[in-house]
Amino acid sequence: MIKQTLGTLALSAMALQSFATTDIEWWHAMGGALGETVNTMAEEFNASQTDYRITPVFKGSYEETMTAGISAFRAGEAPHIIQIFDAGAATIINAKGAAVPVQTVMEKAGYDFDINDYISGVRYFYADANDTMVGMPFNASTPVLYYNKALLAEAGVEPPATWEEFETVASKLKANGHAALSQSHTPWIFFENFHSRHNLQLTDADNGFSGLPTKLMYNNKDLSMHLSKVKEWKDKGFYNYYGSAWGDNQTPFEKQEVAMWLGSSGSFGGLKQAADFDFGTTYLPYWKSVNENAGSTFIGGAALFAMNGHTDEEYKAVAAFFHYLTLPETQYFWHEQTGYVPITEAAYELAKEDGYYIANPDAEVGVKQLSLASGEWTKGYRMGFYVQTRETIYREMDRLMAGETTVKKALQAIVKDGNDNLKRFARTVK
Amino acid sequence: MLLKRVHFSGSPIPYIFIVPQLLIIAVFFFWPACQAVYLSFMLEDPWGLSSTFVWFENYQVLFSSAEYLSTTLFTLVYCALVVFFSLGLALLLAVKANSVIHGQSAYRLLLTWVYAVAPAVAGITAYFLFNRHIGVLFQWITQTGWAFAPETNAFDASVMLVLVSVWKQVPVNFVFFLAGLQGISKSLREAAQLDCASGFRRFWTITFPLLAPTAFFLMVINITYAFFDTFGLIDTLTQGRPGGATTTMVYKVFQDGFLGADLGLSSAQSVVLMVLVLLLTVFQFLFVERRVHY
Repeated sequence: MIKQTLGTLALSAMALQSFATTDIEWWHAMGGALGETVNTMAEEFNASQTDYRITPVFKGSYEETMTAGISAFRAGEAPHIIQIFDAGAATIINAKGAAVPVQTVMEKAGYDFDINDYISGVRYFYADANDTMVGMPFNASTPVLYYNKALLAEAGVEPPATWEEFETVASKLKANGHAALSQSHTPWIFFENFHSRHNLQLTDADNGFSGLPTKLMYNNKDLSMHLSKVKEWKDKGFYNYYGSAWGDNQTPFEKQEVAMWLGSSGSFGGLKQAADFDFGTTYLPYWKSVNENAGSTFIGGAALFAMNGHTDEEYKAVAAFFHYLTLPETQYFWHEQTGYVPITEAAYELAKEDGYYIANPDAEVGVKQLSLASGEWTKGYRMGFYVQTRETIYREMDRLMAGETTVKKALQAIVKDGNDNLKRFARTVK
Repeated sequence: MLLKRVHFSGSPIPYIFIVPQLLIIAVFFFWPACQAVYLSFMLEDPWGLSSTFVWFENYQVLFSSAEYLSTTLFTLVYCALVVFFSLGLALLLAVKANSVIHGQSAYRLLLTWVYAVAPAVAGITAYFLFNRHIGVLFQWITQTGWAFAPETNAFDASVMLVLVSVWKQVPVNFVFFLAGLQGISKSLREAAQLDCASGFRRFWTITFPLLAPTAFFLMVINITYAFFDTFGLIDTLTQGRPGGATTTMVYKVFQDGFLGADLGLSSAQSVVLMVLVLLLTVFQFLFVERRVHY
């Protein structure tokens, strides 16, 4: 039915080709199957109306896309829409004059915009100090725990809700000859989301939302305890560390070398294809001893930003595309195809009504986790030159796991580098 | 003498001929190099919206960083190993291939093969060969009892990287050495054969000195290779990991500038790198080249 309508629309679009269309470009970092889904959505948008035409351009990894956007902006050739990832959010949001807030673009073009239409865990991550949405959350995911149902049943255990439970579960799995856990993104899962889940502060200036932070707070007793435990688990054979690369830690779960894996809710689709066993999904575990009422996690992934320096007509096209993207049907399609969470309440409702979660209960875990109680520090974070700080975190984790450093020294090194990066970045913002 | 003077005096033609080349060098080398020097004194926001002149602050940050020091040390050791092994191995192979009588061209073809592989492709190939789950080389290595873990062990990762870098560079060196060997006249070799029975001694006293110009040229080329061209290998194979242990200076420029968008710090690193390679080249021409007889 929808396809037919779209087909007719496409035909009428061709008939009306003589009218001027506004062309806009969208630079993104979605490769492979994700890229195909992006192209499908762009084609549907182009077919759905005749005034605007969007061209998606794949620019490589998140970092490469951001760098390409930066170079283009400096040369006065910026694309209309660019996809910027979580760690780069501070870079674009703090630069006055690099991006036009999504909210402004939408309101100027005459669309109703209410930030409360977005699900709570997604709402403020790319917003500024006044809660104005600057970047439109696009591919939003969150860390979740995947578990091998058969291996857990063999050991007679349930997937752990807390890290305290994890220790018992892991020792039983170990007794059965299996390592319990691997994990794919140390900075995102064990650092940033560790703080969000336990509602702990990350930096001064309200995690960077009310100003430019200069103090990273990773050197705290809770994270220090967690990392000491992780090291202990590694030594006991509960936790297998396969280095810093995402895939190197995911593959052992697919090969059933480890019984559980901490990855992204967006990994679901790929995992389903790669794993030929039954697996389940559950919330990211937390420490009961740190916060009994652990709540929402942060989103990961990326957002779309409207770049500065284009004509009003082009911003209208951008607004029309953003409007199309946030339609419940579009969001549901994206959610179903990729495993990323739907970003609006309406899209989430639509997926529920459609019975999607009855057939696929795992697909709902990410959304539900993002809808858990939010706290003072679960809104997001905004840290300058955070890409470099993440690199330091990866580095120190490698060293910690190899026994070349201690938790104390590693955290000191991370905070030192992190603070230097924050201070340096703060000086570049005018 | 007279003829030469008449031939070249005052004609603008030679200058016109070299203009395109000079333009290319100016646009693609001098201009970016000057930009790098300029940026290395600035603290800039990534989008170029603001910039502050900070004197030598970027250099100060670099030289007071323990990480940068270890990156520099790794780069030098890595460079020395790659140059030594790729020259040594290529020389050995060239000498052996030169003395093969039947099917010499087949040997030459097989040994030159890898030359055509781009560094990034070589890196990806190596990634699969050394992969824990599907790698053939990984299996061979672990069968020897070595708990090979390039993802987490700094030493293993470095060994892997050196191995792949050498493998990629040997064919270039091989081609040059072989050409050098074939350029040694037959009469010299025959005379040496009459005077000295030991092949080993003949090689070091006659062949090797005659190859010295080639070897010197290759050394300069190989140092440049180890410093700059191995970027593609590192980016596809280790990304400077684990624990930053396989990060070379060029890779760090890329990480800070292209991934981290800190142009000032990244430019300062490029300038340091430029000066270092310049010094190394000058050193070679001053001290090593003196021992080379053409």
